[in-house]
This record gives sequence, structure tokens and C-alpha cells, in this order.
Amino acid sequence: MIPASFEYRRAGSVDEALALLRQDPDGTKLLAGGHSLLPLMKLRLATPGVLVDVGRIGGLSYVRDAGDHVAIGALTRHRDLETSDVARSEVPLLAHVAGQVGDPQVRHRGTIGGSLAHGDPASDLPAAVLALGGTLVVQGPGGTREVPVDGFFLGFLETALGPDEMLTEIRVRKGAAGWGFQKFNRRAQDWAIVGVAAVVGSDPRVALVNMGSTTVRARGVEEALAAGASPADAAARAAEGLDPPSDLNASTEYRQHLVTVLVRRALEGATTGRG
Amino acid sequence: MSATATEGATRVVGTRMLRREDPALLSGEARFVHDLVVPGALHMAVVRSPFAHARVTGVDLGAARAMPGVVAAFSGADLAGEWAAPMPCAWPVTADMQSPAHYPLAVDEACYVGDGVAVVVATSPAAAADAAAVVDVAYEELPAAVDLEAAASDAAAAHLGAPTNRAYTWELDPDPSAVAAAFAGAAVTVSERYVQQRLVPAAMEPRGVCVVPQPFGGEVTVYSATQIPHILRTMLGMTAGVPEERIRVVAPSVGGGFGSKLDVYAEELLCLALARRLRRPVRWTEERTEAAQATIQGRGQIQEIELAATADGRIQAVRARIVADMGAYLQLVTPGVPLLGAFLYHGVYDVPAYSFSCVGVFTNKTPTDAYRGAGRPEATYAIERAVDTLARTLGQDPAEIRRRNFIGADQFPYASVAGLTFDSGNYEGALDVALGLADYSGLREEQGRRRRTGTRMQLGVGLSCYVEMCGLAPSRVLASLNYVAGGWEAATVRMLPTGKVQVVTGSSPHGQGHETSWSMLVADKLGVAPDDVDVLHSDTAISPFGLDTYGSRSLSVGGTAIVMAADRVIEKARLLAAHQLEVAPEDLEYEGGRFSVRGSASRAAELGALAFAAFVAHDLPEGMEPNLEGSATYDPVNFTFPFGTHVAVVEVDTETGRVELSRYVAVDDCGNQVNPLIVDGQVHGGIAQGVAQALWEEAAYDEAGNLLTTSLADYLVPAASELPSFTLGRTVTPSPSNPLGAKGIGEAGTIASTPAVVNAVVDALAHLGVTSMEMPVTPERVWRAVRGAAGQSQVEQSQIEQSQISTTGGGA
Repeated sequence: MIPASFEYRRAGSVDEALALLRQDPDGTKLLAGGHSLLPLMKLRLATPGVLVDVGRIGGLSYVRDAGDHVAIGALTRHRDLETSDVARSEVPLLAHVAGQVGDPQVRHRGTIGGSLAHGDPASDLPAAVLALGGTLVVQGPGGTREVPVDGFFLGFLETALGPDEMLTEIRVRKGAAGWGFQKFNRRAQDWAIVGVAAVVGSDPRVALVNMGSTTVRARGVEEALAAGASPADAAARAAEGLDPPSDLNASTEYRQHLVTVLVRRALEGATTGRG
Repeated sequence: MSATATEGATRVVGTRMLRREDPALLSGEARFVHDLVVPGALHMAVVRSPFAHARVTGVDLGAARAMPGVVAAFSGADLAGEWAAPMPCAWPVTADMQSPAHYPLAVDEACYVGDGVAVVVATSPAAAADAAAVVDVAYEELPAAVDLEAAASDAAAAHLGAPTNRAYTWELDPDPSAVAAAFAGAAVTVSERYVQQRLVPAAMEPRGVCVVPQPFGGEVTVYSATQIPHILRTMLGMTAGVPEERIRVVAPSVGGGFGSKLDVYAEELLCLALARRLRRPVRWTEERTEAAQATIQGRGQIQEIELAATADGRIQAVRARIVADMGAYLQLVTPGVPLLGAFLYHGVYDVPAYSFSCVGVFTNKTPTDAYRGAGRPEATYAIERAVDTLARTLGQDPAEIRRRNFIGADQFPYASVAGLTFDSGNYEGALDVALGLADYSGLREEQGRRRRTGTRMQLGVGLSCYVEMCGLAPSRVLASLNYVAGGWEAATVRMLPTGKVQVVTGSSPHGQGHETSWSMLVADKLGVAPDDVDVLHSDTAISPFGLDTYGSRSLSVGGTAIVMAADRVIEKARLLAAHQLEVAPEDLEYEGGRFSVRGSASRAAELGALAFAAFVAHDLPEGMEPNLEGSATYDPVNFTFPFGTHVAVVEVDTETGRVELSRYVAVDDCGNQVNPLIVDGQVHGGIAQGVAQALWEEAAYDEAGNLLTTSLADYLVPAASELPSFTLGRTVTPSPSNPLGAKGIGEAGTIASTPAVVNAVVDALAHLGVTSMEMPVTPERVWRAVRGAAGQSQVEQSQIEQSQISTTGGGA
């Protein structure tokens, strides 16, 4: 539980963080809340030579009403997102999911940017942002670019972020008609065995937690919903095309069953407006 | 608080006093081994085998020795000369027991993942860890004995050259013909197979050791997160070849043990040997992964239990056959753990015929040893699950069938068929209280409603009626079981000149609250306030004799020694008071720290003043030594037999398989209670730990013998968020075996709760045809059971059950 030796640098601004990253992009990791990276380092599964602490960069923790969308600073902690008035009224799914991450200690340290950039398919917030159809604002040596969330999660712990880039803002659409979230685990503070974030309405989007190597959309469910299927009928297609993992908590077969139950419950909750 | 002797006459025993230990623990002031500041200490890291079974063909320490901060590095062969004897097993249960020599580091053969093969000593923990990572060990992988039953049939040898993996076979079969006759004539029989999965004890504080040598005197101080400083001192002396009187063992604040710190570990011996060799303090703090791999694990049994019963459900015989997983080596009491349950497979029931046998088997996995309950949770699980199956077979209510078979309250002391004498009990009384607290009939009505409507959330009610044997133990009984030590406990009570009191105990608390409880016992005896009683423990320089804390023994054995010692103080003080008051000792009455002349109450002497008189020694009776101090060593006449009934209520989501423990009622009888608040705490923690076995925890291995649950993200220790508020009740049936009337309570919750929860899950699904359930009861297992049962005709199923009940679990 002692990490390998590394150099610690603290960035005072995004530009400084990017400059530090540029010196050795592949040997450097950004540290925000640390709740994903530090355990990996303690187990020596990650051994970055340089750790750039971005946690004290000012101005990157906010939840703002930006007209047609809500803008969330990458360093916004889960607890702040959970309790934000803007988030609760405009993107209640996101506020709700932020309150389901880990336990209170984790929610007071972990950040939304860190969670998304880590790209863990077992994490809750990526699914919420995917269901909401968000856009991620990324800064790098070439300036700022916007990445639709649908193209962000590329593989297990792998995202569209370049090694010399930093995620700075998350934008999600306002005005979803209804939403539902289901998280199934054995202990309250654990990662989901399977999770579902669903947004219904004219453009239904259903995102799944821990059902593959990335956070994924349940395309079959979305198609069925768009065609007017009932929640139960749509949910029956939840595992379509997916190859979920098998681990100590659940086999592939059980996850395939579980996801149909949880999608149905999420959709039923969404249509009744109970979340 | 300051109180004079007379104010102290208010009795505190029996009150819910807050624990004096807690402010330091809760504020972070308490100091554990890792917190000790020891200038110049070196840090040890252990290089561990990544293979379950492998020949060690070479250990290259060159790269490690060249790393910054490294002081030394050694292989097992390098240190072979340090050991006077192999590591101890104190419980050779049979004369022909096999026990492969176990040294702190493997030399030629590593026998489990985590077996130490080399050590590095460096100036910081990080430097030691970095260097350990570059030690180059050459292994030649060997076939591993992983699966317990395959190991029992010697599919692969756990140790090269051993003729068999079987360590021993131990039997308790007092009347084989009676058992055979009972089964031959039984109207109904039940035959069940249960798997007791391995558990990681997961104490909040991992192990830690710091050995401080005094090179010019030869003395050595061993700080260890241990439950057994006294036993450890003796065993370190024997194993490391250090004269015992030169070893001082100190257990500072210790953050839980649950049996896992009732052991003599390789790391304790390694730090001792390295400190001796390097002439510098050497310390080591266990990492959580090491705690999973290299601290003993609990349970690990496959049980077969059979009941023979009459048509109305009276149990005529119990037959139990156990295969117990020893792991790779026999640790301190590994082979004896099943024996602690061997006498209890008939549970709380008046059973006339009984047979038990156990085969201890080596596997290439982490050694097992005593874990909270040690043998008794396994026994209780088997009988309480089997009795539920008997009830289902006969269509009887689980509470009624238990009532029908209980040992009656008028049968105590009860000579059990297995040869024990149960001290006292009223099993039906505890059942009645528990059923009342749970509103049992209301629960059954609600269950019926849900079954009729077929709602997806089904309700289950599980009972567990238990008795256990604890308060280890009469030394002569331990001798009859081939245990190599005794079961007594020692205490000293001494008055200080100012009237304050010091208690020295041989018990060694690691969360139990002994300081609070012992101060309460002595406060009432000597008429002082509890705050005026200091309790000294867990340091062999202060408390030279003791047999330490495990097996729910500390109050019934250690507490008795303390009140005996306090009585000796009073008897000596009586002589001094009689001398001062110029009366005969027998003319004095003693109450709450005050001697008064019978019939002349104003002529009195206070204990505090007598303590000062003894200290100044100006005017003592002829021949009296100038102190007010008493010592006692108490060897109990019997175990104590706490009992009770636990009721678990679960709601099972039949779609997902999720089990929610919605209510939990525990009625325990531990005889007289010194501090009911501490009893509550023990019961709470015990329930949580037992429920954890039922629902969450398993030390899971893959086929190659790799432990898969090496972190607390994978090994599911429950938190408060997983558990309901417990409803506690108590009956009080004092033990006649000790003057306190007390019985142990440290393990009861763990013993009772596991079968209650699993019985509840099966009960929730029984109407669907589910008859068995493996632990831990994962959602997936429940889902598969529901799905499997749904495929069968329920009517046919119940008819099959009538003729032959043979439930083998799904999975495992």
C-alpha cells in the first residue's frame, strides 16, 4: 500500500497544469480528488513518474445555468453537485447520481472531472452524463475543443482525452422530460454491479453502468422507446449486444438479467416522474 | 469524579456505565503499535510467494541490497539458523497428528500465496517496499491442493513428501450402536451438507510489530498488536531461543482481533530475529493485502449433518461429519478449532444419541485458526439449519419444533450426550421473549399475505436458538483435549497509599472494555469509585502472568480472579481493622469499603485509611507485611454456556435476488451482566460479523490458489448502512460455575446470527420450492435458486421431501 516513488507538482492554473503535462505526457497523471488514482498507485497498478495536483486550481468548481445547458466545472466535487440548486432544478438526474457515488467521504473529495476522465465503466457519473447527452470541454496544447460524450469513452479506463489534455468543463442539456436511475450493489458504498441512468421524452437515452468495457448506451431500449414500446417491453432489450463482465459479485448471465430488471424500474420511475 | 469510600458504596455493577476506553480511541489519542515513536527503527518488508505451491530454487537479493535505504536483506536459508524450533502449534489434537515444520520464512518450498520467502530491512517503509519489489525469487511451480475435498482425497500434495494431506481424524462417538439404532428406527431423517466459507477476520487495526533490543543487556521488548502477550512471550522464547525472562511483550492499544491476533506469527519472529542480528529496533506494519493473505483466516469447513427424528419431530440422534481446512500450516490452535464445536452439534436440544468426526486437511491456502466463535458458529449453523429443514419436512412451525426438542429448564445442570455439563439455562424462556419482541405471529401473517399476493418482495423469518461453550477453560478439560496450556487467569488487586486502587490483570483487551468492567467489579468490592481504580494489563513487565483474551473467557475467568484478589485485600484489611479497633476480626462487618463493629456501627475503619496505615506500617498486627494487596489465580470448574434466540427478518426481491435484512431481534442470556452497555456492544458487533458471513463475506480463491478478495473493495465487510437497528432483549440465568454468575458474551452474536439469516432467506422462498442456500447469500445465488425452483412442480417437490431430504447446495 505504498506507492512507487513519484514527483509531486501542484498546478496553480490550467495553463500551468498543461505546461507540466507537456513535459512528459505519458509519465504524468493529473490528480484531482484522488479517489480513483491513489488506490491504483498504492497497489502499484499505476506508477506515474509525476503527479500534477490540479485540486487547488481556482475557478473550476461551479454549477452554472448557461441557457440551454448547465455548465459544470471539472473540479466540482460530488457533494457540491448533489446539493447545487441549479443542478437539482435543471439536471436533477445528475444531482441525484452525484449523491449516489460511494459514501459521504468520497463525495466530499471526488470530482466530476476526475470521475469522467478516469473512464471507469463501473462509475455512476459517466452514465448520468451519457444519458443526458453532455459535451465535454477539453483544453490542450492546441487550445480548447468540445467532445460529445458519445465519443468520449473509448475503452476500459480509456477516454478521448489526450495525454497532454485536461478536462475542464462538462455541459449537459436542460429540460429532460423524465429521468430514472437505478444502482444495484451489495453494500451501499460499493460500485454498481449494474446501474442504469435513463432519460425519457422525445429523445430517450439510456446509459448503463458496468455492462461492458466502457459506459454504454442501451441502444435497443432506446429504439424500442422511440417506437413507443412500454417500459417493460423496451427493458427486455437492455442486454442486447452487450458483453458484461463476470466477477466475484455477478456472472455475465446474471448481469444480463439484472440489467433488464433495472432498466424497467428506471423507465417506470422516469415515466411516473419519481426518478 | 472523586469519591470517598463511603460515597462509593453505590453499586455500579449492572449499570450502563460509558466505557472509559472510548475517549482516547475516538479522539485518536490511543496509541497502537504503528503509532509508537522508536528512534532509529528499521522497517521490514516481507517478500511473499505469488504461487500457492512452489519450490523455491533461488533467491537473489543483490538488486534489493543495492537499493537506497536498504540495510539488509535475507532469504529463508539465510535466517534458518535463527530458529530454535519451528513455529508453535499448541494443540496437537491427536497423538498421530501430522504437522509440517513451519518456519517464519520458507526455505525450499512455499506453500500458499503469501508465504514469506525473504525479508528486506530498510530505513523507511517505502524504501523497504521498493526493495522488496526487486527481490528476484526463482520458483518452480508445483501442483497445488486448493479445493478442500480434492485435498482431502490427496489429489495434489499440499506439502512435498507428505504421505497425505490429512492432518488428523478426531472422533467423538460415545455410543455408536445407539446412533445406528436411532437412524434405523427413525420415522424421518434429514441429511444436509453445508459449506462454511473461509473468512478474513479484518480487524480494523492490521497487525503490527516493533522489536526493540537492548544489545548490552540482552533484553528485548516486543511491541505487538496481539491478543496474547503472555503466550507470545513464552512462545517467542521457545522459538527464537531467547531466554523467556529477557523478553518483555507489550500489547499497546489493539484495534480488534476476533481471534486473528491469538497467534504467534512469522513477522513477530522475523522482527525479533532481525533486531537481534542487526542490534537495532525493527518494525513492521501489515498492509491490508497482507492481512488478507498472511493473517489467519476463519471457518473453512464442509459439514455433513444428519438428524434422525420421530414422526412428531423429536430428534433422536445427530450425526455430524466435518472436513476442516487447516490451510498450509498449523498455526497456534488451528487443529483444535473444530473441537470447540465438536460437542455442540446437537445444539440446544435434548438428543439421546450423538456422533461427531472431523478430518483436518492441509491445503495450499492461508492457514486457518480461531475466528470469533471458533467451531461453535459452524456447529450452531449446522444444527439450526438442519432443524429448519426438519420442520419443513414435517410441515411444522420452526419455533414449535424447537420448543418440542429443547433441553428443559428443569434439566440443569444438564449432562449432554457429548459429555459436557451445561451449567444453567432456560432455552424456552429466551425463545418466548424473542418471539414476542419480533411479533412472530404478526410476521407469519404478513408472510402469508405476501405469499398469497405473489408480490415480488417476499418476507422470510429465520430463527436461531443457540448454546455455546466458552470461558476457556478448566485446565484439566483442556488437558483431556490435548491442548498444551491451561485455562486459568491471574489477577492482583492492590490498594495505593491514597486509597486508590490498582488492578493487574492477565487478560489482554483489544476492544472489549476490560478497563471499564474490571474497575466496576473492584469499585463495588472495595467501596471506591470506578475512576479510582486503575487497570493495568497487556505488558508482561507489569502483568507477568496471564493467559490472555480469547474464547469469551475474560470476565468469567479473569473477572473471577479479580474479585478473588479483591476479597483477599478485604480479608487482610479486616485483620488490620480488627487490630486498630481492638476487636476480633469476626466481630467486624464489611460493607462498601467500611469495616464496622457488629452492633456498634460507629466504631469503624475505612479501607482507604487502612491502606494508608498499611503503607506507613507504623502499627500493624504482629507479622503482617506492610501492604494491602491480594493476588489470585483462578482455574474455572467448568465452561460457561450462554444461550439465546435470535430472529432475523428478511425481505427478498425475487426479481433481483437482493436480500434486505429488515429486522433483527437478539435475546441473549449471559447470566449476570457487569455492564449491559458493553454487553450490547458485544452483541451488536457479533451480529454484524455473523450476518456478514451469511450475506457478504468470503475469502474467495481461484483454482490456482490465488486469493481474490485481497482488498476491502472485494472482501465485503458490511457497514452500518447495510444493517438494521437491532432489537435486543435479555434473559438472566446466572452461571453457577463462577461467583459472578457470569457467562461469556463476546462470541454469542456471531454464533447465533449466521443461521438465523440464512434460515430467513430460505423461509422467504420455501413456498417457491427453495430448500437450500449457500453462503454468502449473494443476489445471484438467490436469483438462481428462485429461477431453479420455478422450473419444478411445487407439489411434487414437497412429496419428494417427505421421503428423502438431501439438500446439497447450488454452487460452491
